[in-house]
Amino acid sequence: MEIYCLLGIPLTGGLFLALWGNRRNAPEINALFSLLTLLAAGVLTARIVASGPMLVGGEGWFFIDSFNVFLVALTAFVAFTTSLFSRPYMRIEQEHGRLSTQRLRLYHSSYQVFIAAMLLALTTNNMGILWVSMEAATLATVLLVSLYRTPASLEAAWKYFILCGVGIAQALFGTILLYFAAERVLGAGGSALLWTHLNGVKTHLEPTVLQLAFVFLLVGYGTKVGLAPLHNWLPDAHAEGPTPVSAVLSGLLLNVALYAVMRSKVLVDGALGNDLAGNLMMGFGLLSVVTAAFLIKRQTDVKRMFAYSSIEHMGLITFAFGMGGPIASFAGLLHMTMHSLTKSAIFFAVGHATQSAGTQLMDGIRGLIRTNPTLGWGLMLGSIAILGVPPFGVFASEFLIITTAMHEHAWATPFLLIALGVAFAAIFGRVQPMVFGETELPRLPHQPALTPVFLHLGLVLMLGLFIPPYLAMWYRQAAALLGG
Amino acid sequence: MIPGILLQIIQTLVAILLAPLLLGWVNLCRAWLQGRRAPPLTQPYRVLKKLFHKDAVIAHTASPLFRFAPYMVFACMALAAGIVPTFANDLAFSPAADAIALVGVFALARVFLALAAMDIGTSFGTLGARREMLISFLAEPALLMVFFTASLISHSTALPTIVETLAHKEFVIYPSMAFAAVAFWMVSTAENARIPVDNPATHLELTMIHEAMILEYSARHLALIEWAVSLKLFTYSALGIALFVPWGIAARGDFAALPLAFLALTLKMVVGGATLSLLEATAAKVRLFRAPEFLGTAFMLAVLGMLTHFLLEV
Amino acid sequence: MSLTYYLQVVNLLAALLLLISFAMLSQRRIVGLITLFAWQGAALAASTAIVAGSTGQHHLYWSAGITLALKVIAMPWFFYRLVRKLDVDRDVEPMINIPTTMLIGIVLVIFAFNLALPISQMSGTVTRSTLGIAMATVLLAFLMMITRSKAIPQVIGFLAMENGLFFAATSATYGMPLVVEMGVALDVLVGVFVLGIFFFQIRETFDSLDLKHMEKLKER
Repeated sequence: MEIYCLLGIPLTGGLFLALWGNRRNAPEINALFSLLTLLAAGVLTARIVASGPMLVGGEGWFFIDSFNVFLVALTAFVAFTTSLFSRPYMRIEQEHGRLSTQRLRLYHSSYQVFIAAMLLALTTNNMGILWVSMEAATLATVLLVSLYRTPASLEAAWKYFILCGVGIAQALFGTILLYFAAERVLGAGGSALLWTHLNGVKTHLEPTVLQLAFVFLLVGYGTKVGLAPLHNWLPDAHAEGPTPVSAVLSGLLLNVALYAVMRSKVLVDGALGNDLAGNLMMGFGLLSVVTAAFLIKRQTDVKRMFAYSSIEHMGLITFAFGMGGPIASFAGLLHMTMHSLTKSAIFFAVGHATQSAGTQLMDGIRGLIRTNPTLGWGLMLGSIAILGVPPFGVFASEFLIITTAMHEHAWATPFLLIALGVAFAAIFGRVQPMVFGETELPRLPHQPALTPVFLHLGLVLMLGLFIPPYLAMWYRQAAALLGG
Repeated sequence: MIPGILLQIIQTLVAILLAPLLLGWVNLCRAWLQGRRAPPLTQPYRVLKKLFHKDAVIAHTASPLFRFAPYMVFACMALAAGIVPTFANDLAFSPAADAIALVGVFALARVFLALAAMDIGTSFGTLGARREMLISFLAEPALLMVFFTASLISHSTALPTIVETLAHKEFVIYPSMAFAAVAFWMVSTAENARIPVDNPATHLELTMIHEAMILEYSARHLALIEWAVSLKLFTYSALGIALFVPWGIAARGDFAALPLAFLALTLKMVVGGATLSLLEATAAKVRLFRAPEFLGTAFMLAVLGMLTHFLLEV
Repeated sequence: MSLTYYLQVVNLLAALLLLISFAMLSQRRIVGLITLFAWQGAALAASTAIVAGSTGQHHLYWSAGITLALKVIAMPWFFYRLVRKLDVDRDVEPMINIPTTMLIGIVLVIFAFNLALPISQMSGTVTRSTLGIAMATVLLAFLMMITRSKAIPQVIGFLAMENGLFFAATSATYGMPLVVEMGVALDVLVGVFVLGIFFFQIRETFDSLDLKHMEKLKER
């Protein structure tokens, strides 16, 4: 029941907001639907924590276990806080004349549909539907990226559509191959693509086919995760779209895509009985970390810079999952959470900063601490958090990942450390003048909505200092599901 | 053996006599499609007759090669027409000449024509010869690939065997032949100087290929060449029929089927000629420098046909 | 050679599919490209229907119907209208010249055939040998997307890729489960409409559908 509410609420929200149009209270309605989604996710999470994994509907169309319910909760939470942030943010954009009411209507409606598509991708048990909903999530956001209709935003949206379209077509081919392997064991029909069924027979699946299937799935969904060298769409889409969209793309969509890869990996590991899948993921992950770290240095646009930082962190998480084992998987999951919370908080802060400075170029943003102290501190703390400075939670997860890497794959450690170091120097060097630099600008006329920023950062700080036992247990269960 | 030789002679004669008729039919259809008043069906015969009655004018600089070439070209085409099974499959020449030899015979005729065109030393002749060589240099491999696709299916390069396999064994659809058919159409337009590679109806120096080569010929020499041209068209049509719609060609030793085979041939030629003119009417002539691209495409399609054969039919 | 006639027809249609892919590679005009795309859809729908009829996989009729409705009728019609409305039908030179493209295409076909060989030997379907063709179609469509700089040819390349994937599903496993195929079709439909809106936006902003204008966002 909860599951239908969870999926139904945002979908209804999308339809309703499309019909309701952009009345004065549309942002509030958007936030309300997001809140309801969060409540449904909360109830669902409570249920899973209490009674373990469950299958819902028909032959088991939906499957919820510790791994995806954690992502469902995270998704619903960030979606809600983002809707809170977007309420004043988009109003100001409208006042600045960058958006018409028609486009706001599109924005609100697509936002809800996007959330619904992601939740469907997370909860479905069918690998085919997983693909369908990933594609739907892309489609829902294409027009959001081009919302401002500037040449650059159109270019970014076009790149996003074509590159992700091609990528996801590879994933479809992977899914076809997976079905091909499954059909020989499970027989034809809809149930042959159900993950739980596949998981039950994974040792009998044809290894050669699954091997090829995984390569296609990894490349396909990996494009959406933003793994190098398929990451080209990501910085553009993040930089040119409206800030709330950047926040959910970075904080949520990338996670969901990685979730799809992980579900496939579990099956492939079972069928192959070797480390091929893990090694591939480690390779792509490491490449992404290194590539992104060196590209961060060269950015002049603040949103682009943090977009590259997202690639770096997704690479790190992919690397952690690729290593496998209970500690690395635990660290990967923890890092997923930390990154989502921190990165969306940073984008909120950056959104307000660029709005007040009127530019996204970092040279144009100076002295936030003077024009608006809360905003300045928000951005500074967020950056420090994402750079892995203790006591924030990112430090804990990065520390775990690097120590595991030292232990099991010592060759990779220098690359990771150098990349993290470069990224640290680059981002810190850029953010410092933005916050503390000299400025002649007057103080901001309106007070930005920074509650979500500090809410997220507070959570990250808390998880860095202390992970509640039930939460730790939950992570451990999820890590065990990933083949820990 | 005797019926074989008899059939061979009949078939060659039929080809030589009926070839201008096919050309007349194609021109007729084309005139209809273009909404012009059509020349009579027998127009090519009239032209031949007229040309044979004229006195030949030959340039002072012409060597004996120039006089000899038309006969050579005509002989080559007549031989080629004899090799390709049109209505009978039991041909005396067939063990001696297979598809590859056929390509060689075409090449021989072309070499003589090109040499004769350059012999006089006019700029047009040289230009036409050079263009012709460029085109044929690209068309020949494609034609060979088409033959190879067909011979992969029948395990023989002899045309009667190919026809035998395709027409008289169990009916099988060969997808590779679809590629070969398209490639063959492209090659034959180039080889027969038809649209879209060349236009037989114009003498525009910028575009003409074949016509440029024979500008210096007159009277009986020209008649022979024109006749050879129509024979070539006939031979190519017969080749297309033998490779892609061979049903109806009489099997070895089956004399009762001969009248029916002749009827089938007539029908196929009528339909084939109409299709050719239809394709010509709808296609636009490509610019000369696009012709290599056009023929390159033909070659690749033929190669693709072979690949498909290995994938789908082995 | 003990294939039934149905199967031979499917093989023939597979060959046509590949042939059309090559024709698309060499096609310069956008309208010609759309027509070829419609024909490709028709070949796909026909082969799917024949497989459905000859193997008793009745859910494939649905898939064939969807293909027919979407890819043969709706989308080409939509694209024709778009081309007329945006007035973009001109000869376009691809970024790599056509003979080179074709050569690369041949190499891709050989690669695809080799890649598909071990898998198709494992497959239990009667249509398994066409898997190589399906992969080749996907790769050729990919090549077309790379070599074209205009928006509509790129999208047609994308849809042709989808055609190849559908064909792969049909030939390797008699199609995906119905619910998945419906979902995929829905996505494709929505995608095309999103693109339609998108074309107008691009046109409005750049006054052209040439993507060469869209090369501002690069790493410097």
